[in-house]
Amino acid sequence: MCTDPAGHFGSMAALGKNFFNLVARGTLSLPSHHARCLHGSAPNENSIQAPVSKPKSRTKCTLIPGDGVGPELMYSMTEVFKAAGVPIDFEQFFFSEVNQLMSAPLEDVAASIRKNGICLKGILSTPDYSRTGELQTLNMKLRRELDLFANVVHVRSLPGVKSRHTNIDTVIIREQIEGEYSALEHETVKGVVECLKIVTQRNSARIAKFAFDYATKNNRKKVTAVHKANIMKLGDGLFLRSCQEIAKLYPKIKFESMIVDNCTMQMVSNPRQFDVCVMPNLYGNIVDNLAAGLVGGAGVVAGASYSSKCVVFEPGARHTFSEAVGKNVANPTAMLLCGTKMLNHVNLQYYGDMIRGAVDRVLKAGKVRTKDLGGQSTTNEFTFAIINNLK
Amino acid sequence: MAAQLVRKAFSTAVPLARRYSSEVRTVTLIPGDGIGPEISAAVQKIFAAAEVPLQWESVDVTPVRGPDGMFGIPQAAIDSVNKNKVGLKGPLMTPVGKGHRSLNLALRKEFNLYANVRPCRSLEGYKTLYDDVDVITIRENTEGEYSGIEHEIVDGVVQSIKLITEDASRRVAEFAFQYTKENNRSKVTAVHKANIMRMSDGLFLHCCREVAEKYPDVKFEEKYLDTVCLSMVQDPRQYDVLVMPNLYGDILSDMCAGLVGGLGLTPSGNIGLNGALFESVHGTAPDIAGKDLANPTALLLSAVMMLQYMGLNSHAEKIQKACFETIKESKYRTGDLGGSAKCSEFTNEICRKIAG
Repeated sequence: MCTDPAGHFGSMAALGKNFFNLVARGTLSLPSHHARCLHGSAPNENSIQAPVSKPKSRTKCTLIPGDGVGPELMYSMTEVFKAAGVPIDFEQFFFSEVNQLMSAPLEDVAASIRKNGICLKGILSTPDYSRTGELQTLNMKLRRELDLFANVVHVRSLPGVKSRHTNIDTVIIREQIEGEYSALEHETVKGVVECLKIVTQRNSARIAKFAFDYATKNNRKKVTAVHKANIMKLGDGLFLRSCQEIAKLYPKIKFESMIVDNCTMQMVSNPRQFDVCVMPNLYGNIVDNLAAGLVGGAGVVAGASYSSKCVVFEPGARHTFSEAVGKNVANPTAMLLCGTKMLNHVNLQYYGDMIRGAVDRVLKAGKVRTKDLGGQSTTNEFTFAIINNLK
Repeated sequence: MAAQLVRKAFSTAVPLARRYSSEVRTVTLIPGDGIGPEISAAVQKIFAAAEVPLQWESVDVTPVRGPDGMFGIPQAAIDSVNKNKVGLKGPLMTPVGKGHRSLNLALRKEFNLYANVRPCRSLEGYKTLYDDVDVITIRENTEGEYSGIEHEIVDGVVQSIKLITEDASRRVAEFAFQYTKENNRSKVTAVHKANIMRMSDGLFLHCCREVAEKYPDVKFEEKYLDTVCLSMVQDPRQYDVLVMPNLYGDILSDMCAGLVGGLGLTPSGNIGLNGALFESVHGTAPDIAGKDLANPTALLLSAVMMLQYMGLNSHAEKIQKACFETIKESKYRTGDLGGSAKCSEFTNEICRKIAG
């Protein structure tokens, strides 16, 4: 589970000055108590002893570069990890649906993720067609294989990233193994296609519980269930009912529900009203991307998919950005943030905070910006800037 | 659409066209629930001030139990719309999870309203975070996720069927391109999710591509739904006319409305085989109903769309101009736009502008 407290960012910014003083005094690598005092104000962090999070042993992590600019972003991320001296070894798999000949078999990839428990994944592109008439995409197969039922995207305004909205801090939790993505379609007669959306009580209750647990653990106040039960009375009705039932078990957390079209409208006009949102698959896809757009785009938002056994960290808005392949212009921020989330997850907060701090400093200074954030810097330049800011 | 085609066909025969537009036509009015009756009255008042050659036929659509024991729209209302071919509708209540089909859905089915058109434009003078929005969403309105076919297979497992047909997809695509051409817009974007729903959205996309070939002067592009969501909130200027299946259209049109200030400001028109129904898509706002606080803009602009549809362009322009100016001046804004004017004051100001 990611342990980012809600106030993490605020405390970073507030203590920034303090931090630079420390650096000015010539403290090149921060002693552990400094790292701790950085986050002293955040309630969750107090319990974490910094030395504990800097173990001697090494951790293994599965790495899937993905399609499009994925490999470039992964390279950037591994360079930063190397420079920071992160004790993680990657088990890399080339995994792709559009490049089937080179792709590792699903079983091998799944086995590796199962063994390691963690995975960093780029975005896989999903073509509109399949030569064999296959309806399931590789992404869906992987999610089903590993039972990655919950996708969490923490959408947060970043310092130094210009956007129309400010101070957004919303967590979007998406059910991602059923719903519209069930890949059950058939052509009943020519020119008439039926596509099944499956909603089950078990999965709805499971994602609802996950959302409330997440809210509890991260000191969130409110969970909003997003649905379309006024039209899909049985399907989304079941989802909504499941959420309502689970909500009764968490009296301390406020629960409300919202119809998906209203949710998107509210999101673009008044995004600060949202805290934790939980929703079925397709709506999650929509709201994830919408919210990512509000804080700076697909290049800056990290996400993670959870099963009860393993976590796959991947950018929150899933775009392969394939038109930019080889142009050295993609923004590695989302991938770096995925990396820091992963480090926090495996109790390597020391490194996680170090990289997170560097990302924040580079973004806040705004000197080195990639094209999507209005700058002219290349992916490499941005990566070097991060490395130079590792402290 | 029919009216526009007729108008075009007779554009050379001036006397006939003139007679056509000066004829008093009857339009069905469904005032709706909540704030519906007051905003409908406001629209009627403004239309009277602009001397629009229309007369209203007000009908009630409160569901009645039909011979089959199901609740449905009263026959009188159906007959009225069928006779007049054009209607204006205020907001209707749709109870959540009560087992019967929503009234809006029933109306759409009844009149074969296959395309929903929602123009979203930033209003001058009313500041939102986005001041450069000018998109039109066209949504397939009869099938898709809203087919209303759902069943519980076993306990705790529900399947909802999304139905996509070639006929309906082609029909809405055809309409989108025709509309784009007639309204001098330049680009149609098909919004889909064919990478996930390869057959159903694939079929929709296929139809759009085929129709696009017939309109070489209209630019055509395909975008994934998630991509559109992301880029719409970052830079809405890159989109012009969007065409998409039902659910996506529902979500995107509301989102676009959010960009320009909410559903209280955006008109909507449903174009069908048997006629057209123009409506305001906001809720019934029961909390302010009857207090003379509601904002009639959405219904008024929908009525303006209706006039354009009927070929009464000069009246449409006059009313729209007065409405935009009143909002721009910000003296008589209603509560939802941050003003303190009453609905009647706002209405009167528009009437004054039309008269003056």
